[in-house]
Amino acid sequence: MKVQIFSDCVKEGKNPEILFWVGCSGSFDERAKKITKAFVKILNDAKIDFAVLGNEESCSGDLAKRSGNEFLFQMQALGNIKVMNSYNIKKIVTACPHCFNTIKNEYPELGGKYEVLHHTEFLKSLIENGKLKIPNGSFKGKRITYHDPCYLGRANNIYEIPREILKKLDAELVEMKSCKSKGLCCGAGGAQMFKEPEKGDVDIKDIRIKQALETKPDIIAAACPFCNTMLSDGLKNKVSENSTSILDISQIIEKAKDL
Amino acid sequence: MISYLDNVLFAAALILSISLFIYNFKKILSNIRLGRDENRSDNPRLRLNNMLRVAFGQSKMIRRPIAGILHLIVYVGFIIINIELLEIIIDGIFGSHRIFSSFFPKFYNFIIGSFEVLALLVLISVIIFWIRRNILKIKRFFKEEMKGWPKLDADLILYFEIILMTLFLTMNGADYTIQLNYPENDIYVRAGSYPISQFLVPILQELSLAKLILLERFSWWFHILGIFIFLNYLYYSKHLHILLAFPNTYFANLESKGKFKNIDSVTSEIKLMLDDNNNIEGTDVSEVETFGANDVTELTWIQLLNAYSCTECGRCTSNCPANISGKKLSPRKIMMDTRDRLTELSNKIRSNSENFKGDGKKLLGDYISTEEVWACTSCNACVESCPIDIDPLSIIMSMRQYLVLENSAAPSDLNNMMNNIENNGAPWPFNQQDRTNWIN
Ligand code: SF4
Ligand code: SF4
Repeated sequence: MKVQIFSDCVKEGKNPEILFWVGCSGSFDERAKKITKAFVKILNDAKIDFAVLGNEESCSGDLAKRSGNEFLFQMQALGNIKVMNSYNIKKIVTACPHCFNTIKNEYPELGGKYEVLHHTEFLKSLIENGKLKIPNGSFKGKRITYHDPCYLGRANNIYEIPREILKKLDAELVEMKSCKSKGLCCGAGGAQMFKEPEKGDVDIKDIRIKQALETKPDIIAAACPFCNTMLSDGLKNKVSENSTSILDISQIIEKAKDL
Repeated sequence: MISYLDNVLFAAALILSISLFIYNFKKILSNIRLGRDENRSDNPRLRLNNMLRVAFGQSKMIRRPIAGILHLIVYVGFIIINIELLEIIIDGIFGSHRIFSSFFPKFYNFIIGSFEVLALLVLISVIIFWIRRNILKIKRFFKEEMKGWPKLDADLILYFEIILMTLFLTMNGADYTIQLNYPENDIYVRAGSYPISQFLVPILQELSLAKLILLERFSWWFHILGIFIFLNYLYYSKHLHILLAFPNTYFANLESKGKFKNIDSVTSEIKLMLDDNNNIEGTDVSEVETFGANDVTELTWIQLLNAYSCTECGRCTSNCPANISGKKLSPRKIMMDTRDRLTELSNKIRSNSENFKGDGKKLLGDYISTEEVWACTSCNACVESCPIDIDPLSIIMSMRQYLVLENSAAPSDLNNMMNNIENNGAPWPFNQQDRTNWIN
């Protein structure tokens, strides 16, 4: 797999147009790594000039900030900004809505001003300018339901772009009971992913997966590595419905194009 | 004949109720000022727009169509019928009767007619509201935090409205009956149209003229006194939102909901730490304030205004994933607790004046538990669903900041996660040097 590292590029006198921000889960989590690879395959297929920060990338700080640790958040942010500014980075794409939100909204006041895109926004622009073609048919007739990640939807008002991409697949897009601005959280946000839930009746992810399964989908489309993990865990508890799979939008495109 | 005694009594009641209202309203304003500064003076045009759309236009109420339409009727009815208040006040002071009718008789007929139709619609809507709360027992009205006063408050308002509308229609009905049956009297002259209260005439005309006048006067007086009482009831009630929804939406957050404010003093401290030369412009390290919020005085004035504006409708709570999954957290409770604590604390400050040194209680701990604070997923569903742009999430985040930065009191799992970020740049114990391992 061809992936350039920014520091190498700079040594060779190259200045890649786009920084692909991989994020912690995209780098380390088994499921999320698949999303990362799928997205890289698409980027390479579309001949995009991009690079990653590699070992110079550090946690964006979203988790620290939502946990209330403003100090750690700003340490992380300022560190990352220092690296990115040293490479004179202009445009960032990431598959993680949490990194996307933090870098886009919370970095500028700390000195990090970039054009920040979520990978669904970037994929849509690739489709529009003809660099990414999705062949018709491979998902024909499949029922797909899309789960809105909180940090993409309500946090940043991106509801339609992921749906527009899915519509290109010739599939049948079905909506859950709570969708778009009313979408139900998967339960991971606000650092919940890293702690035991407080006492309650059910797990949030189980409510959400139930809503998703009510649409009788072949595929549950996600656009966030954390949602992906949460929903997959929720699905595991429902053994009978194992024909449904949970895929990130980039993985769906990867499959459609057979990359 | 209406004696001068009436006019004097009326003027006294008017002055008393308005002064009391101003007195209490000033208290609310000074309580809100107990909060920390936050600049929301930018973008006046956008803010005005947001206020007109969300508060005046009720754009976020339509999401629940039934409640939305019923509320719209009561709201429009409330505003329009209050135009009649102007006439009532002038009549009350000068001892006139339906003073506007002689100026523009045609328009007067139209406007009294529409007040009546609206009054009936309001009456019906309020009765449906009562049924939803007390017979259908809609779930969001029956959460833990709605027991006691909040439940009574909600019902009282409905009874208030029912009584006011009934008095209004009775007053008109009696007036109209006199107009029709006693044309020779010189006070109740033919004026106005009565599409609704005309149906009371067959019943009312059994009464003598004296009794009709008594009924009309009784209704007139109790209607206006009811409104004076209502005005002063607001201070104690969630009904304060009929006034505060306007400033609350004007000063609402206009940026992306995902953008959480950075704490500037933290930035200065870090820069100072990182910069050996210590030459940071415009930073004043001497002024160290508590990070986050432990009590209402550490919240911003916006967060306190939010608390006073909350209508206790529970839309936030019924969309909150933590609450839906049975956890203790309820964003509505966060707002109600904040208001209750603010009322309590400000009363104590007032009665102890200068030497008030705290009462040993705090919002965090005595009202809101850490269990609630840590159950939030920061999903913004509460903020999105609030019909008047209240932000319960920001209060939760301020409290997390206090717990972590001042007390190092995060749940142990989160502490582990944060240690990992500090040491490895990732929430898991993986080495930063392995960040590119996925490539191969
Ligand atoms: S942001 Fe927190 S309080 Fe608000 S709805 Fe989501 S989980 Fe509930
Ligand atoms: S915060 Fe908003 S949605 Fe929640 S109860 Fe108050 S007014 Fe209703």
